[in-house]
Amino acid sequence: MTENVDAVVTDALTAPRRLSSISWSWVGVVPFFLFALLFLILPTGYLLVGSFQDAAGKFTLANIGNLFTPSILHAYWISIEVSLASSITGAIAGFFLAYAVVLGRLPPWIRPTLMTFSGVASNFAGIPLAFAFLATLGRTGLVTTLLIKYVGFNIYSTGFNLLSFWGLTLTYLYFQIPLMVLILTPALDGLKREWREAAEILGASNLDYWRRVALPVLWPSILGTTLLLFANSFGAVATAYGLTGSSLNIVTILLYAQIRGDVLHDQNLGYALALGMIIITGLSNAGYIWLRARGERWLR
Amino acid sequence: MRSLELENVEKAFGASFAVQRFDLAVERGEFISFLGPSGCGKTTTLRMVAGFELPTTGQIRIDGRDVTNLRPNQRNIGMVFQSYALFPNMTVADNVAFGLKVAKRPPHEVDSRVAEMLKVIKLPQHATRYPYQLSGGQQQRVALARALAIKPKLLLLDEPLSALDAKIRVSLREEIRSLQRSLGITTIYVTHDQEEALSMSDRIVVMNEGRVEQIGAPFDIYNYPRTRFVASFVGTLNILRGRVVDAASGRISIDDQPIVAARGMGGLQNGEVRSVALRPEAIVINGSNGANRMQGTIEEVSFLGSVIRIRVRFRDNVISLDAFNNPNASPPERGAGVTVSFTPEDVLVLEGAEAA
Amino acid sequence: MTRPRFGSWLAIVLGAIYFIVPLIGTFEFSLRMRRGVYSFDAYAVVFGDPRFQATFLYSTFLAIITIILGTVLIVPTAYWIQLRLPKLRPVVEFITLLPLVIPAIVIVFGYLHLYNSSSFLPLTASSRTTDLLLAFSYVTLAMPYMYRAVDTGLRAIDVRSLTEAAQSLGAGWGRILFRVIFPNVRVAVLSGAFLTFAIVIGEFTMASLLDRPAFGPYLQLMGANRAYEPSALAIIAFAVTWACMGLIQLFGRGARTARR
Repeated sequence: MTENVDAVVTDALTAPRRLSSISWSWVGVVPFFLFALLFLILPTGYLLVGSFQDAAGKFTLANIGNLFTPSILHAYWISIEVSLASSITGAIAGFFLAYAVVLGRLPPWIRPTLMTFSGVASNFAGIPLAFAFLATLGRTGLVTTLLIKYVGFNIYSTGFNLLSFWGLTLTYLYFQIPLMVLILTPALDGLKREWREAAEILGASNLDYWRRVALPVLWPSILGTTLLLFANSFGAVATAYGLTGSSLNIVTILLYAQIRGDVLHDQNLGYALALGMIIITGLSNAGYIWLRARGERWLR
Repeated sequence: MRSLELENVEKAFGASFAVQRFDLAVERGEFISFLGPSGCGKTTTLRMVAGFELPTTGQIRIDGRDVTNLRPNQRNIGMVFQSYALFPNMTVADNVAFGLKVAKRPPHEVDSRVAEMLKVIKLPQHATRYPYQLSGGQQQRVALARALAIKPKLLLLDEPLSALDAKIRVSLREEIRSLQRSLGITTIYVTHDQEEALSMSDRIVVMNEGRVEQIGAPFDIYNYPRTRFVASFVGTLNILRGRVVDAASGRISIDDQPIVAARGMGGLQNGEVRSVALRPEAIVINGSNGANRMQGTIEEVSFLGSVIRIRVRFRDNVISLDAFNNPNASPPERGAGVTVSFTPEDVLVLEGAEAA
Repeated sequence: MTRPRFGSWLAIVLGAIYFIVPLIGTFEFSLRMRRGVYSFDAYAVVFGDPRFQATFLYSTFLAIITIILGTVLIVPTAYWIQLRLPKLRPVVEFITLLPLVIPAIVIVFGYLHLYNSSSFLPLTASSRTTDLLLAFSYVTLAMPYMYRAVDTGLRAIDVRSLTEAAQSLGAGWGRILFRVIFPNVRVAVLSGAFLTFAIVIGEFTMASLLDRPAFGPYLQLMGANRAYEPSALAIIAFAVTWACMGLIQLFGRGARTARR
């Protein structure tokens, strides 16, 4: 009898404490959600809604339609091209570097050096990176002049221009490759040594192992990171602006110019440009996240 | 022609030897265990047979053929790893089929062989599952099927049960042994668990610090250990300090109580201090098992179910022995005086004196 | 079987060339200011430029504000999620990943339209409040990295036991946060802080569109008008980034040994 009373009293004493702890918890995260709402979700949502409105606020698809003018489509196309080129090249180069450092049996000091450098280089994007490449491959850059002086070869005579599609791609690789290395190195670490040994003792050659086991296991990581690189490149503006000012016709520069009012200021077109950007980077990143989750499921 | 021969195999890393002077000849269908503590060289030796390590000296022959310099994928050996090592991107069926597909066998042969192997390991309904969906024991059975699917000449197992729960370990080890018997495949089994080695093997190779301590059948290893290490590593052992009274007649005094040893007293000096070992099952409590009797006091009684473990103290020396549970008699009391007896043949005189 | 393969060396060498040559080129270019001879003139000009000092200080100041705001916002949130609301974790993690998905230029575009003078929260009305808006935008940029660093740091300590121990000793929430939790995630916070610093110092898009006198827009201005100073500035920026990463490593390693 006394035990029951005890239980009831204990329940009564603990129940209100549980209630108050719930309300305290919500208070704890309210600032974060408020911040996210005000400075992340609302601004983006505002743009998304605005891209379907005209200047008077009425629903319209005209902005989306205006996206399909030749010059803007051209800008999207160049953005996509540059992003494809820098992401795929960056993925391949990054893969080989990561492979060399994890499985290439190199001296042990090389790996931490590469990882630290990659950490720095992946943050070196933007205006300083543009300056660096101008100083190296610009018309009076070091490599350009050295090549002319010692090899007699002027790269600009071939039509190469740093301020163009290939120049931009080459510059973007400086932060794309390190990003690939940083993400892929742990993934390569995850390739268990026993898999290779089990494959070998079952008669597989190195090629068999890579074709049947290692690459299929790594595929989600490789493809996913390529998508991440694609989105990364698509959304970059500072590096391009540092290289070319607003003369290069890519989407981010276009949007930048719209916002600054450098060209004919059509507010709702800016919204539509932003919408297009969000769709492309959003899809790309969704692909990345989905592939990562899928890859991790196997490796549980 | 022996199924597997290791001749004077050694492995050195720099100045230290991981494996020294390993000689072994294995008959077809034999089940051999490499038994020893961590770092004794048993896994290194296994990996040399597999081809993952290159011996510094010596030769390895399979069915008379020198394979010492062959790559692992040229040796036609099956191997099961401690961590299962199933390919995570493949189903159970694809895992088992791997070796056959690599050898480019025709599809109908691959399918029928896979179905056969899955039936043998009793997992036919799991063919389309992925490794992450299976339990540890199931994964290890799939690994076994994968290794055997290619009909290898030799089966190597590297501590395959260490990562599993105790109950599964026991049932799986019986499965492995019966499968091995029915296939008649020569098998090398690496373990640090002496119960596994004793219950499964035809012969055991006991190793310590890179050296082979003893090779023999489980019965011989357990009852006639040749070195101190083997005696203490295989089975439980009571070790006592005794003083030699008369080497010629085999008399030793333990805590001032005289006993007689039937063997191992040759060349000892009277008055010398020596270690003496006794297996727990050789000792009988309050009975008349043998000529040797000692008086002691019961220090501790542990009821373990079917067995009662009793610790008896003499003066400085303590022994542990087992008695079967008898529901009609209560276990002995702590502090009670007791007589223990054992035969002179059961007394193992060891090299060196053990610190008490 | 222990010899490294030729291909591995080739990859490393090619990679090293690609990454080091631009740095050498930039450095060499920055020394060319005085005609015919190598000198550090460009650096002297840069360091002596009052606008360099002003914008660098401004960005440093803004970085510190961002770090403080970010820490105060993220650490309690991460703590609460771990302790009390684990079910909300996926939501919070998704939110912290959004800044990586939505390009910075889109975010600041949204700010300009949402928080202009005629909105409910006129943050662009004055320069002080615009500074605040810029700080908020930087917190948004740094959020993924900061959250991940703090989350990892919190997972390494047993948050629940520490909290319950403090509570049983009579501590209130404020004291728990400041005296118990913060010190234990100090290393994680520091590494997040240095990363934030590196991001903020070089940031261009948001600062330029919000029209604030930050280091990024100053860099761009130099690039448009001068020849040699931009290279010197690039080297300086690279050195600052290296220093931040180095400090992260240093503090990370120090804490690991201290814990032992």
